[in-house]
Amino acid sequence: MTPPGSIVIVGASAAGLSTAEALRRLGYEGRLTLLDAEPHQPYDRPPLSKQVLAGAWEPARAQLRGQTQLDALGAEFAQGEPAVALDAAERSVTTASGRVLRADAVVIATGLTPCRLPGQDGPAGVHVLRGLDDALTLRAHLTAARRLVVVGEGVLGTEVAATARTMGLDVTLAGMGGTLLGAQLGEVIGGELARKHAERGVRLRLGVTVDELTGADGRVTGVRLATGELLPADAVVVAVGARPATGWLAGSGLRLGDGVECDSRCRAAEGVYAVGDVASWEHEGYGRRLRLENRTNATEQAQVVAANLLGADRPYTPIPYFWTDQYDVKIQAHGLPSPAAELSVAEGDPAEQRFAALYREDGRVTGVLGWNMPKQARLLRQQALAN
Amino acid sequence: MKITVDEDKCCGAGNCVLIAPEVFDQRDEDGIVVLLRSEPGAEERAAVLEAAAVCPAAAIEVHEEA
Repeated sequence: MTPPGSIVIVGASAAGLSTAEALRRLGYEGRLTLLDAEPHQPYDRPPLSKQVLAGAWEPARAQLRGQTQLDALGAEFAQGEPAVALDAAERSVTTASGRVLRADAVVIATGLTPCRLPGQDGPAGVHVLRGLDDALTLRAHLTAARRLVVVGEGVLGTEVAATARTMGLDVTLAGMGGTLLGAQLGEVIGGELARKHAERGVRLRLGVTVDELTGADGRVTGVRLATGELLPADAVVVAVGARPATGWLAGSGLRLGDGVECDSRCRAAEGVYAVGDVASWEHEGYGRRLRLENRTNATEQAQVVAANLLGADRPYTPIPYFWTDQYDVKIQAHGLPSPAAELSVAEGDPAEQRFAALYREDGRVTGVLGWNMPKQARLLRQQALAN
Repeated sequence: MKITVDEDKCCGAGNCVLIAPEVFDQRDEDGIVVLLRSEPGAEERAAVLEAAAVCPAAAIEVHEEA
């Protein structure tokens, strides 16, 4: 196979930028263009809900690479230039400003768009957190606000609650799930984390749905639950999940399901690949379609996409991994720890807030969890999980 | 090549140890990266570059001689 002479990458966040870097590392010398809707230089997202929101890091510290490294890529960066259409057969991308870029290959790395609650866009003081500007707007508001309600008990919701509580706000977290991170880590670990939040003074309203956001004079005043309870708030964060950002791909000729549907090589069509949060692909190890919304996936998948763009024929078969840091707890999750799995402690002691545990389904280890034991969890992953 | 790591950015994932165990390790107590060799030889080059590339916290920097 002749390597492509030109490649356009749509999305210059972790997945898109890592693909560009991997292409150069593997010897690609052709033309490289990165488009991004963001006006900012590529930055990292995990710190947004933690160090950047807390004010512990200047925003510049969240930048993925310095100017010298970006320059060394020999790529054209078109920032503030969202793609609005793709013709997959022609491999041509149209941007909001009307620019049309044709290339031998296109990489889709447009990530996610946060879900919103009905009525959310009315009153001021209601936030989502996806980008750097979201984080800075929320931070500015939280330094002045007193009462925060977080809607959503997933990774983002629980991290924002922990950060805001540490900043001294009065925090209530409301979620549809029965426990924190229940969908990701199951009831036992979820219960452990819920206790941690309660100890730190976060009020939890779990297993509830939100009826409406209340407001007065154009500002949010609270969140009304389906139970009738009104949670007063001068700031609200909605963290109820996100959808793959594929709106711009309508009419592209690609198959869009839960994300851009790719084969096991992360290929969506001849010369078109998808990488990161937006990509759904056939995981040959698990024998099923997977889409992962985690930071590690962005960089790992980028390596495989870059290699395949240059003629390799590598299936992408990662062991999924995510982490979250909340208060003094560092949680590491390897594999696919389904809520239905049975949990057993393999090392350490939950009473001492330091342990590693295995998730088992039908006698097979499907996941490894570390609670303030990152190294031990990684070692257990190497022993117990394989693809 | 010379490697530097940013302990404050490191999230303890351990991806670097999985890829280049001769060069990286983790602290037992908190999983933060430990650099076993800051100037590894040519035989480690490919693995080190991959480890830096996949680090989910962008905490590893590789400086190559011009």
